Formats: sequence, C-alpha cells, structure tokens
Amino acid sequence: MHILEAEGLTLRFGGIRALADVAVAVPKGGITAIIGPNGAGKTSLFNAISGFYRPERGTLRFDGADITRVPAHARAALGLARTFQNVSLFRGMTVLDNIKLGGHNRLRAGALGALWYLGRAAAEEARLRAEIEREVIDFLEIDHIRDLPIDALAYGLQKRVELARALAMQPKVLMLDEPVAGMNREETEDMARFILDVQEERGITVMLVEHDMGLVMDISSHVVVLNFGQVIASGTPAEVRRNPAVIAAYLGERAARRRVA
Amino acid sequence: MRIGDFHASYRHDEALFDTRAQRVWLGLLLAALAAFPFVGGSYLTYLACLLGIHLIAAAGLNVMTGYTGLISLGHAAFMGVGCYAVAVAERAGIPFFLALPLAGAASAAIGLVVGIPSLRIKGLYFAVATLAAQFVLGFVFREWESVTGGVRGANVPAASLFGFELAGDRRVYFLIAPLAVLMLLGARNLFRTRVGRAFIAIRDRDISAEVLGISLFRYKLAAFAIGSFYAGVAGGLWGYFFRVATPELFGLPLSVFYLAAIIVGGLGSILGTILGATFMTLIPEFLRALVGWAEAFGLEQAGVYLAPLRQVVFGLLIVGFLVFEPHGLAEMWRRTRRFFHLWPFRT
Amino acid sequence: MSGAIDWLLLAEFSLVGLLSGGVLALIALGFVLVYKGTRVINFALGEFMMVGAYLFWTANVFLALPWWAALALTLAGVAALGALVERFVLRPLAGQPVISIVMATIGLGAVLHGLAEAVWGGANLSLPELLPRKPLLLGEILLPGQVLWSFALAVALIAAFTAYFRWSKDGVSMRAAASDPVTAYAMGIDVRRTQRLTWMFAGVTGAVAGIIVASMTSLSPSLGTVALGVLAVVILGGLDSIAGAIVAGLIVGLLESLTVAFVGGQARDLVPYLVVLVILMVRPYGLFGTRDIERL
Ligand SMILES: Nc1ncnc2c1ncn2[C@@H]1O[C@H](COP(=O)(O)OP(=O)(O)OP(=O)(O)O)[C@@H](O)[C@H]1O
Ligand SMILES: [Mg+2]
Repeated sequence: MHILEAEGLTLRFGGIRALADVAVAVPKGGITAIIGPNGAGKTSLFNAISGFYRPERGTLRFDGADITRVPAHARAALGLARTFQNVSLFRGMTVLDNIKLGGHNRLRAGALGALWYLGRAAAEEARLRAEIEREVIDFLEIDHIRDLPIDALAYGLQKRVELARALAMQPKVLMLDEPVAGMNREETEDMARFILDVQEERGITVMLVEHDMGLVMDISSHVVVLNFGQVIASGTPAEVRRNPAVIAAYLGERAARRRVA
Repeated sequence: MRIGDFHASYRHDEALFDTRAQRVWLGLLLAALAAFPFVGGSYLTYLACLLGIHLIAAAGLNVMTGYTGLISLGHAAFMGVGCYAVAVAERAGIPFFLALPLAGAASAAIGLVVGIPSLRIKGLYFAVATLAAQFVLGFVFREWESVTGGVRGANVPAASLFGFELAGDRRVYFLIAPLAVLMLLGARNLFRTRVGRAFIAIRDRDISAEVLGISLFRYKLAAFAIGSFYAGVAGGLWGYFFRVATPELFGLPLSVFYLAAIIVGGLGSILGTILGATFMTLIPEFLRALVGWAEAFGLEQAGVYLAPLRQVVFGLLIVGFLVFEPHGLAEMWRRTRRFFHLWPFRT
Repeated sequence: MSGAIDWLLLAEFSLVGLLSGGVLALIALGFVLVYKGTRVINFALGEFMMVGAYLFWTANVFLALPWWAALALTLAGVAALGALVERFVLRPLAGQPVISIVMATIGLGAVLHGLAEAVWGGANLSLPELLPRKPLLLGEILLPGQVLWSFALAVALIAAFTAYFRWSKDGVSMRAAASDPVTAYAMGIDVRRTQRLTWMFAGVTGAVAGIIVASMTSLSPSLGTVALGVLAVVILGGLDSIAGAIVAGLIVGLLESLTVAFVGGQARDLVPYLVVLVILMVRPYGLFGTRDIERL
C-alpha cells in the first residue's frame, strides 16, 4: 500500500531541470529515504509534494486522493508535515508557541472567539497545551527550553524544535529535509532514535532527505536515488548500494569535487 | 510521570494575570481608571478620552502591521468610515451600543474590498493599496455631500442611553475607557490563540506558515479586518467625543501618526501599543506647553513655530527609535524592569 | 454639442497631459534610481523636491544669484542632503524589515517638511518663470510653452541619467551593487560609496523636478505631495524598471489631464490612486507577470 504516489513530476527553473518526469511511490508506514548528490532535486521534490512549488507536469496522490491541485495549506491539513533544510522557525516566538503552531489545523477558534478567549477558545488551547507537553515535548526531551526564544538555541536544538512542530501536526506523512546536517555524533544518534520511534510507535510514514549515508542505510526501509532531477534507482538500502548507476553518480560527484579542490 | 492536577496547572500557565499580585494591581488599575475623571480635572479627562481613542486605533494597527506585517498607510481613513457611519446611524435613530459595532463592521467591510485584491499579492502592494484607499476615501468624505456633509462635515449627536445623554468629556469617558480596556484585552487575547500565532507566523516567514496549514490569504484578511474593525470603533468614538466628522481629520497625517505610535511603542507588542500611543498623545501637548512658556518669556514669535516643531519632533522620534531602539519603548520598559529586578546584584 | 469639438478637446488635453507627464516621469525615475540602487522606497522624495525648490528660491530670488549659479548651489546642497540621509538614516537600517525603511523615509519627510516650514514659512512663494511661456500652435491645438519646455527638460534629464546609469563607471558599479551587493563587494566595488552616490542622485533628480514644478505653479511646503501618487503608480509597474517608471509618469499625466477636462479639477489628485485600486481589483496578478518563486 502506498500512501503517497508521484507520477511524472516535472519542474524547471529557467534552463535547469530540477525534476524530470519523477515517479516516486512511498510505502505506508515505512521510512523512505531520498538521496542524491547536491542539486539533484531532493528538496525540490519535497517542495512539490508539500505544495510550495507548482510542477509543470505530473500528478500527486496522497492517501487515496488526487492532491495535484490542492493548495499548500490544505495539504498540511490533510496530514503532510515537513521540516526544512535551512531551519525555518518563527523567530518572534518562543519554542512553545512555535510547536503550538503545528496544532493550528486541529483547533477551531475563529477571530471573534479568540478576541474574547472565553469558553471554547480557552479550553482548546489548554487541551492543545497538555497534548503537546505529553506527546511532543516530553518525547523529544525539550522541556527545559520551552520558554526560550528561538535565537537562544543551538542549531541542533533548533532542528529538534522543528521536528517537534511537525509532530504537533499529528501528520500521516512526515518529510524531513536533512534532519542531521550539521549535527555532531551524539545529536545524530538522538535524532535517529526519534525518527525510528516516530515511525514504529506512532505509525507515521517518514520521508527523509539525507546526505549521511550511515544514517540512511541504518534506518530506512526504502531508498530512492535522484540525480539531475531524475530517479536513477530505487529499492532496499542493500539493493541501492549495489546499483552501478548510483555508484557512478556518487563517484562522479566525488571525482568532480576532487577536480575543483 | 505526570500527576493529576497537571491540566489545571497548564491553564494557570496560560492565564493572563496569573499571580495574586498581578490581580491586585489589575484591580487597583481599574479602580483608578474609574475614579480618574473625578480626580483628574477637565483637561486630563479630555486627554484621557483622546488617549482611549488613540489606544484602540493603535491596537488595531499593531495587530495588522506589528503582528502580521501588513503595512497600512490608510488607517485614519478607516477610522473616518467609522466616524461617518456613527453620524449616519445616529441620524437613523440607532443607539450608540449598536452604532459602534456597526461603525466597526462598516470599516471592516470596506477593508475587505481593498484587502481581497491586494492581499493576494505580496507586501508592498498592500501598503500602496491602503495608501490609495486613504486618498480615495478622503475624496469620498469630501465629495459625497448628501451623506458626509462635504468639507464642512457632519455633526454627530451625543450618544444617549434611555434619554441619558453622554455629553461632555466626563460622561463620554465612561464610554471610551471601558471600551479601550476591553479592546486592548481582546487584542492581547488574540495572541494566546491559534489566530494570533498564525498572524505572527505570517509576519516572520509567510511561506513556511503555509506549509504548516495556515491559509495566508484568509489570515491576512482576518488581520486586516480586525485592524479595520478597531479603526472603525475608534472612529465612532471619535465622533461621539468631538461630535463632528470632517474629512481633514482623517487624512494621511493621522495614519502616519498611528504608525509612528506603534513604532515608538514597539511593533508587535500590546504593551508597546499602550506606551507608544500614550507617549505620542502627550508629545504635542508637551510641545504646546513649551511654546506657551517660550511666549510667556518674551519670545512672541514662538507660536508660529509650533506646527513645524511638532513635525520635526515627530519625524525625529520615528527615525530615532528606528535607528536606536527598534523594539521601542516596550523594550526600554523591559530593560528597566530587569534592571530593578536584579538591581542589588548587578549593575 | 458636435463631435468634432470633443475630439479636438480630447486631443489637446491628451497631448498636454502626456507632456506634463514628463516631469512626473522624472519624479518616477527618482524613486526607481533609489530602489534599484539601495532597495529603499523613498517616501521622502516629495520633500527632497520641496527642499530643492526652496534652496533654489533662496539662491535665485533671495540672494539674487544668476540662475545657473543658483542651480549649481542647489544641486550641491541636495546632493549633500542625500549623502547625509544615506549615512545617518538608511545605512544604520540596512537589513531591517520593509516597514522600518518605509517609516524612516516617512519620518525623514516629516523632519524636512517641518524644517522647511520653520525656515521659509508656510505661505506660498513664487519662483521666477524659468521656462518660456510662448505657446506652440499645432493646427488647432494650443500647447502651453511651459508644459512643452518642462517636457523637453525632463526628457533630456531622464536621458542623461539613464545614460549615466548605464554606461559610466559609477553607474555600472551602482547597478552591480544593486543586483548583488555581496558579490559586488567581493569584486572590489565600494558598495557604501555607490549607495551614497545613489542617494545624492536621488536628491538631484528630486530637486530638479521640484524646481520645475515650483516654477510652473508655486512654492509651498506641500509642493511634493504629487510624488506620492507617482509612487503608487510606479509600484504597480515594478519599482526596478526605468522604462516602467517613464510610462507610469506619462500615464498619470495623461489621465490627470483628461480628468480635469472631462470630470473636473477636484478629482485630479485622485487619479493615480484610483488607477491603482482599479488595476488591483481587475487583474491583481496580470500586470506583474509571474510571481517570483522563493527558495525554501
Ligand atoms: N527556487 C529556485 N529557483 C531557481 N533554481 C532552483 C530553485 N530551487 C531549486 N533550484 C535548482 O534546482 C536544482 C535542484 O535543487 P534542489 O534544492 O532540489 O537540490 P537538492 O537535491 O535538495 O540539493 P542539496 O543536497 O544541495 O540540498 C538545483 O540546480 C537548484 O539550483
Ligand atoms: Mg536540498
């Protein structure tokens, strides 16, 4: 069973083809890694799925429904959550408020109710708060920072808060764009544990873009390889590792890098 | 391990005035507000009424500009809509407690007409659309004589309740002050809920707000509608206070005045709104007093310089705060408090 | 009334409108130069115009200097003003949100307005007529001399500024610094100097436009209010296009003139704003092409 299926996605920026006829099928309940050299189109794929980029061609199905024409904010409401390659938290707010934003779509208060803050608005805020404390803050071990402003946090913690915000959305699919980039060994291990817990205990399908091959091979159940906007391989980690096209793409990149250096 | 009363303690955590001391202060403040017109004398009561109106309008502008990032250069025109709406409603025999919400609604409705097309495009177009609305509405105020009375303006009857006229500053005070308190509380409340968080998210980074499920268009429109509603109510109160609505009252300078108030006070801060509006209401009074003294000490020409002096001081305050204290008086207040908090231990 | 007269009227007012749009285009150019050079929208351009005109009045009328000396002094004065503004207002605000920049220039405008009123008083002054009055007869159409000459002057100035911006060394570095300050800096362009230059130019364009406007009408602290309307229209067409600015100026001039002819003078100042609102209502995206895609 696939929870997310992309078919023929094509996206161009001027002369660059960021995505060329990309087809991806994400099995429900697993961890699907998207890998590929820099500029391969991984983030563009996430952007197309979350509705931020409009592909020129192609279709997207999510949870049985066609979402190709659904705007970004409605896709989030359907159960698609993501984090960003460059942390994108709201700097004018505390950690707690950032996380609460994840719960936005599960609350109902309108502007008028919010002005009075009586009855329902207050009750649902209290409920959200309790739920976030229980299921997100405790889980990710960030109780000590909940009242701090974002700027006061180290980069690793910011990434964790971003994950917390995505989890507060209670998504069906969680897309993580380079969740351990710039993290040290210990932080990486923590993050790997969180990702596995999210997938195993909550049954959330995880999509993961990552350059850390150790992490990818350890935790993912399915790997898709992009190069120059095209899918060049997909399968289990073991299969992909043996695929000559993949080896060539990565070797090519390494050789190219050596030339530059 | 969680204990049973956890739920209650979050509620406590989310409360606005959580400590007993804060509640006592709040009670004292309300009592002081109630006693003010009896103790303060007529000039101070007049100032308090004016301040109340400025507070409501500035709070609305801060919701829209400070919290949501929508720059409005037409706030005063939306106040004007409220003021004329009250004049018209009173002529139709509608009592003030209906006329004021109507004034807010009329202004919000016109806000939607301007907002719906311009909010679909980014940033500056909205600012320019509001600037255009400022001038177009001003033109309507001047030219639609059958309703607005043209340049001579329209008279606004006193608000009255069962034959009891709220005429005179002291009586109007009891209309303005409670409304100002309520509407400031309302603005504060917004930011304890998902609505207010969505506003701030849109201001800080509107694209990632969208990926969290926030409809940019809807919430920008909501912020603009709330802001114009506040402006409309403030304009209505202006009508009941000054008893007249004329076009030149609600021009671009007043719009800029409110922008200045929230910048000087602190963008995106209710405390900043209060401090900024108060400060900017008092500055012209202070300058007038200054010029009065200067005249008394023999500088007979001083009076001529009052208007330009005001403008210069006004502009310098805007630029000065932007350059030296971008978070405004609210930040200065916080710093001062922190200082006294730590005082014996750190200097 | 017969159709023929209406057509003549239309033609005459259209021509006069387009011609008086020349000065508006010059004002528009003032906005675009500063925006291209420093990403700032200068709400104080109207006040720059006004200060320029007062300086010229002081030199030319009050001190009775010949017009060329007065002009040179004025331009030096506004260029210095532009440099000061860049150094003490805009540079400290680099990187601040749009609202701060917008409000800073509005605040600056208030200061200049207040100072001008304090120094020169609020009453109307008049500049000597600098432009010949002799009208031009085109068949049955009469074109007032001042309008004609102001147009010619504006065209010459716009051409000169554009050429300078495009081909001179300073112009090239100004454009480079505008499109990518970091790279420009890395390539050894003195970004601060170019930004200062940009503001000095803004002052000069503003002052020249101000002197032309003042010599055709009269001089008071609110001389510069036309600028806001021009700004509104310029923004619609895109703040970084010189061609767009020129077109915007001409369109505003044309519409204003036709409004005066067929609706009445009291609606004249309203025209640019009405244009803006109507365009926004009718086709919010259409005018600006595709929205640029932001990177996440
Ligand atoms: N908004 C945009 N405008 C122009 N080009 C873009 C945009 N977004 C992506 N691209 C281009 O599309 C290509 C794919 O970029 P993308 O960010 O998807 O790569 P990636 O696989 O995520 O790379 P990395 O591992 O470096 O994050 C690149 O060549 C990039 O320059
Ligand atoms: Mg990427």
